[in-house]
Amino acid sequence: MKDNRKTATAPNQIIKRKGMSNAGALLLITISLFVLLYVISAILFADSNFAKYSVFFNLINNKAYLLMLALGVTVVLITGSIDISVGGVTGLVSMVIATMLAGSGISALWVIPVSLGIGIAFGIVQGFLVAYMEIQPFIVTLSGMFFARGMISVINPESVPITDQLFTSWSNAKMYIPFLYNVRGNGTLDVAYLTPAAIVAILILIALIIALKKTKFGRSLYAVGGNPQSALLMGVNVKRTKFMAHVLCGLLAGIGGLLFTLFAPSGNPGNGYGYEIDAISSSVIGGVMLNGGVGLPIGTFFGVLINSLIERVVPRLGIVDASWPRIITSAFLFVFIVLQSVFASAGKGGVKLRLPAWLRFSRRKDGHTQIESEQADRRSA
Amino acid sequence: MNNSIEEHASKPFIKRLLGHRLTFPLVVLLVVVIQNIITTPNFFDISIRNGFLSGYIPNILDEASELVIVTLGMTLVIAVSGGVDLSVGAVMAIAASFCGLMLNGAEYRTDVFHNPYGLALLVGLLGGGLCGAFNGFLVSRLKIQPMIATLILYTAGRSIAKQITHGQTIYIMNPVYKYLGVQIPGVPIRTTIIISVSIVILVVLLVRLTSLGLYVQSVGINNSASRLVGLNSRRVTFMAFVLCGVLAGAAGLVGSSSVGSVNSGELGLTIEMDAILAVALGGNNLFGGKFSIAGSVIGAYTIQAITTTLYAMNVRADQLNVFKAIIIIVIIVASSPVFKEKITRMTRTVFSRKVSLGGLSDERQ
Repeated sequence: MKDNRKTATAPNQIIKRKGMSNAGALLLITISLFVLLYVISAILFADSNFAKYSVFFNLINNKAYLLMLALGVTVVLITGSIDISVGGVTGLVSMVIATMLAGSGISALWVIPVSLGIGIAFGIVQGFLVAYMEIQPFIVTLSGMFFARGMISVINPESVPITDQLFTSWSNAKMYIPFLYNVRGNGTLDVAYLTPAAIVAILILIALIIALKKTKFGRSLYAVGGNPQSALLMGVNVKRTKFMAHVLCGLLAGIGGLLFTLFAPSGNPGNGYGYEIDAISSSVIGGVMLNGGVGLPIGTFFGVLINSLIERVVPRLGIVDASWPRIITSAFLFVFIVLQSVFASAGKGGVKLRLPAWLRFSRRKDGHTQIESEQADRRSA
Repeated sequence: MNNSIEEHASKPFIKRLLGHRLTFPLVVLLVVVIQNIITTPNFFDISIRNGFLSGYIPNILDEASELVIVTLGMTLVIAVSGGVDLSVGAVMAIAASFCGLMLNGAEYRTDVFHNPYGLALLVGLLGGGLCGAFNGFLVSRLKIQPMIATLILYTAGRSIAKQITHGQTIYIMNPVYKYLGVQIPGVPIRTTIIISVSIVILVVLLVRLTSLGLYVQSVGINNSASRLVGLNSRRVTFMAFVLCGVLAGAAGLVGSSSVGSVNSGELGLTIEMDAILAVALGGNNLFGGKFSIAGSVIGAYTIQAITTTLYAMNVRADQLNVFKAIIIIVIIVASSPVFKEKITRMTRTVFSRKVSLGGLSDERQ
């Protein structure tokens, strides 16, 4: 990684980066892991319909809220910060929505600005403390998590079901996807569908992919996470970028809370418990480096799919206990953290981790051979 | 330089007192105690009931014991790494589960010990140490930020503990098991108080008599510099995490013994927050480096006093977190370098006018 940066920033160099970037390699690992897991579970549990389209789309439907939380965490992780309050915010938003709809005849349309507002409020306060007061993000967002969890029971210590008609019509709506269906045994069609929550999540995912790739804000996120000092020298407003990243994460957590409530329409004090770890592990499994500067939203999407798959497969293994998916997700997180550590040390002359030449995606347009360009690298270094 | 030394020597007593590290936690403790005296007139009453001391103060000392033990480990971890061990609560549950498994065998409810009591305690501590070693390995060898490394056990730990105890709460009915967490017959003081005080003394001796304390501080202040000096900074970090795990394990044993059962979902829940709060309240730098065991211990007792006071004011257990979150943010903002700088700049602009006025009056004389 270090090498790549050096060659990329050196003046008058036309040598393209060789091999894959870390982000690319981690993304490749994630996608192949997902495909592998999916295929294995489809073979192992042939009776559980993993080959059906609807099962695949349900993976997205069930975890649309987690995609939002994980994307928020991805954005702050890219800037080298972290947010562990997302689970608490999810629970708080769902409880607020449930209490709002239960109490008075407020239109369900109001829950949208309220949930976004709660998320943004958390984002602004935490972002201010992290970026402008320079307090460790972990401590700030840990307090945010406890604050949110405490507020849940201050608002309402009992669980509240949601019976509002408009809201339940949103959560029960299905958008069937044409042509993607399987025929059930009794002759009926099993058509794949997406819920409104999943559609919102996918639209936001696409928007984020474009924003991080193309906009000034998106690029400054990577610059700040990669090296704050050089970002500052480049003229990036580091503090403001970090602040905005936290606000964005808060906003996404608010949306996540809304989508979660659509998925499970009730306010429960236990809602959102432990979701921060699911969000962080999805991001990390999706190839977001914990040290900042590396990560792609599409990787996070696959991380979420892996998480969803684990939750679906583990009960099939004959383990009924609900604590096992979390243990396995944590184990995955552990493996990927170790992997990242190896990747990070690979650039520093530690472990050499490089795909063999014939496997690399490099396209040389400068006409140099591999050896020549490596020699040029050595000379410039 | 010379000037600053003279200034320091000539600093008035009040200023030196205000600058002292232990002043802040002591003041907070005092405020809580005064508040308690006002609301509960019998705050200082100590009576002997059921054969041991009871009253507000012994109760607080008793209830704080787990937190004190955990805070000691947390202090070392924060000092050495500038990060937090989030997994202490889960490690408590794991250690207690190991101990409960040894004592109860496969039974959920029994009054017969299946293994010697001492051996079970040792296995429990070993379990805690193992968790600490796992965290320490991740932090010292793989160079992972401590908070993320410990996040793994923070979430998986309770589930693991649940699997150790076959997914159930197990009850240890043998009265001997309660010796550790309640009372040894004939001794008028709760065992928890004795244990926590003796562990504090042990850790203080370990830090003062051996060079561990010095090493921890130097690694925390500057990791690479202390490595250049010749310290094995990896090993020091690793040791601190193992010690933290063992202490959390001890706290778990005490906690499970005082209720006579092992409930992996409840034991030490959210204690990590209290421990961080205690360390921050004790005037320690959360960014690593210098630490004060005395400050942390006072901080832990203060937190417990606050908790007990809020309970007395009919605040629910899960609502306490709102207060604690606000308190921790206020403390950390107040002690953050940026905030201090802003305050000094502000006071300087205010005072500079006064100084110039004073100068004028001097000239007149």
